[in-house]
Amino acid sequence: MAVQLMQEMWQGEISTVTIGAVKEEGGSRAYSIKIGGEQSLPCLFKEGAIPNKPEIAFEIWDIAPNDWPSELSKEYGHALNDPFLWAEKCVKEYKARSLCVRLQGAHPDSGDKGPGEEAAFIRQLLDKVNVPLIILGTGDDTKDNLLLPACSEAAKGERCLIGSAVQDNYKTIAVSLLADGHNIIAESPIDINIAKQLNILISDMGLPLERIVINPTIGALGYGLEYAYSIMERARLAALSGDKTVASPFVCFVGQEAWRAKEAKVEDSRQGVMWEVLTATALIQAGADLLVMRHPLAIEKVNKYIDKLCS
Amino acid sequence: MALSGLDIYRLLPKTNCRECGFATCLVFAMQLAKKAVSIDKCPSLSKESRAALEASAQPPIKLVTLGIGEAKFEAGNESVMFRHEEKFHRPCGIGFIIEDSLSNVLIKDKIIKINKLKFERIGQKLEVNLVAIKQKESAKRFTEVVKLVADNTSLALVLMSDDLTGLKQALDITANRKPLIYHATKENLPQIAELAKDYNAALVATGEDLDAVSGLTVELNNLGISELILETGDKPIAEKIWDLTQMRRLALKKNNRSLGYPSLVVINQADPFEEAQEAASYIAKYAGIVLIKGVEPFEILPLVTLRQNIYSDPQKPLQIEPKLYPIGQVNDKSPVLVTTNFSLTYYTVLGEVEASKIPSYIVSVDTEGMSVLTAWAAEKFTPHKITESINKLGVKDAVKHKRLIIPGYVAVISGELEDESGFEIIVGPKEAAGIPSFLKNLPINT
Repeated sequence: MAVQLMQEMWQGEISTVTIGAVKEEGGSRAYSIKIGGEQSLPCLFKEGAIPNKPEIAFEIWDIAPNDWPSELSKEYGHALNDPFLWAEKCVKEYKARSLCVRLQGAHPDSGDKGPGEEAAFIRQLLDKVNVPLIILGTGDDTKDNLLLPACSEAAKGERCLIGSAVQDNYKTIAVSLLADGHNIIAESPIDINIAKQLNILISDMGLPLERIVINPTIGALGYGLEYAYSIMERARLAALSGDKTVASPFVCFVGQEAWRAKEAKVEDSRQGVMWEVLTATALIQAGADLLVMRHPLAIEKVNKYIDKLCS
Repeated sequence: MALSGLDIYRLLPKTNCRECGFATCLVFAMQLAKKAVSIDKCPSLSKESRAALEASAQPPIKLVTLGIGEAKFEAGNESVMFRHEEKFHRPCGIGFIIEDSLSNVLIKDKIIKINKLKFERIGQKLEVNLVAIKQKESAKRFTEVVKLVADNTSLALVLMSDDLTGLKQALDITANRKPLIYHATKENLPQIAELAKDYNAALVATGEDLDAVSGLTVELNNLGISELILETGDKPIAEKIWDLTQMRRLALKKNNRSLGYPSLVVINQADPFEEAQEAASYIAKYAGIVLIKGVEPFEILPLVTLRQNIYSDPQKPLQIEPKLYPIGQVNDKSPVLVTTNFSLTYYTVLGEVEASKIPSYIVSVDTEGMSVLTAWAAEKFTPHKITESINKLGVKDAVKHKRLIIPGYVAVISGELEDESGFEIIVGPKEAAGIPSFLKNLPINT
């Protein structure tokens, strides 16, 4: 007996965001990556195109992290003290397709490096490695408003993804990124309405929706993962039903959250890796497009999973 | 799918005979729709109408029960495609496959490990559910191993074999445990149906695709078997998710009875990470049971935690009792930290206080399960509410000092809280992760 299948017909489509510009486009990246573009829910290839695989960016810092558990930091060893060495290790040894650099050293509480110094660092980093780059500020609004415009200018033409813009602090960042040809991360606190509102505010400033990536703010496995999971599912359903204002790809900071869980910091180091792996897996099932991760083995496993899903 | 009052009315005799106790058939129909009365009250219902009404009263995905006693496990009765629409009801069963070709020593070792897979997170017990014994050897060896497993675990059992003799012998010794028989296929259907019937056991129906599975369930129903769990063949993850999604959709939205049963997925991956990733995908996407091989806690704790997340009720935040909780060997000089009674918040704070190794009190204020910022915005975590809580919960009796530590995110209330409570307010870190270093650097001056 033939079963009559039930196919969803979606009107909407997630916007495609391109990160990284090659020489012909005015940048110096070896290639660019594309995220988003889905016309269907995760894995449901038969109901619409899913043209781009989820991408993983290795997270690196401009200073040696002081809060990474040893199960994680031992993987990188002394490279943690030298961001250029660290970046090259990710690209050469672990075959990172993209990097996400967090300018923690500019945070007022952890070094307070000046915008000029960090901008020069970003330019140098771009010269050392040629993969697409994601740049994160400190999360301190006042500092980010000085820091991110300087870095944006230093990376002009490289079509980076830079953030985070938040509801109370998006104008200065958006203006710079618009001028320098970058994409923006719009961060909302596990709230679909704020995500929508922020996308509208940013696009009103002239930065088109095709250059916005939503950071829905995730919790790790066991630490509120389900809230982000459902917010992402709801946003995706709304976007596929035709709401363009939430039809942006998602970036999820998986490594940052997973390695804070106390279950990740146990003697059996495989458990921490598994914590990061399953946090990523669940979010891919909710629609994550770009995952920023930390442990090389976790990244290897999730990449393999993505290949299996999309083969 | 539930029928509306008007749908039901169309099936009634429309004679308004009042035998049912209601003035009109329409009123009776409305009561039926609310499930306030039984259709038996109508004396002149046609056979066809009765069948249609009875079918509509059944849940779209049948509830199937396996195992007995404390290890009883239920799957089915799901009602939505997305957890935010209501909630996912019955947490996906996690089971472990043991092959009878292993030595008895290894099997026992595995069962000991499985029995130890009990965890507790945010006040909930997280447990695994099933042990599946798979026949690779003779019927005799299979039966022996089934007995060995049954004697050493109380978990629900799955009997996996293509050998009817083996299954029959295994059922002889485990039928009282409500095992699951794996599996009916188009090759063995009449014989295995008879076994399931004789031993009153639930049965997995396996077909390579939805058409085949649906065909099997119709035949099995005709043979009087309805305790079924469905499986489509071995296939790539995305195709499996397509099958699971279609089964759930067709059962819920199209009232397709031949697919209205819980589903099962057997995962065949040697690498524990890849195995867990597949299991996690199916836990998120509608599987009723997943069977795996790995039994190590580093794999299973993350999996049962994921299941807890996906199956938590989105409308009801997990709450803990508002109380003054002593952590460690407290005395009247111990610091007092104020937080909310949202369990995620409380347990995160608890974990960090424990990690600091500094005995402390945690006051969980009744914020109706809201987190710190949400509760503050909703006026459930105001100076007044906090003062009320510390008075009611006996903070003044527990400690001699008059200092309260509040979350950094609500630093703004410290002045008002100081005035209202009479306590000195110390603003703590914004994130719980900052608690250990914060407590260690706290000057103790009593």
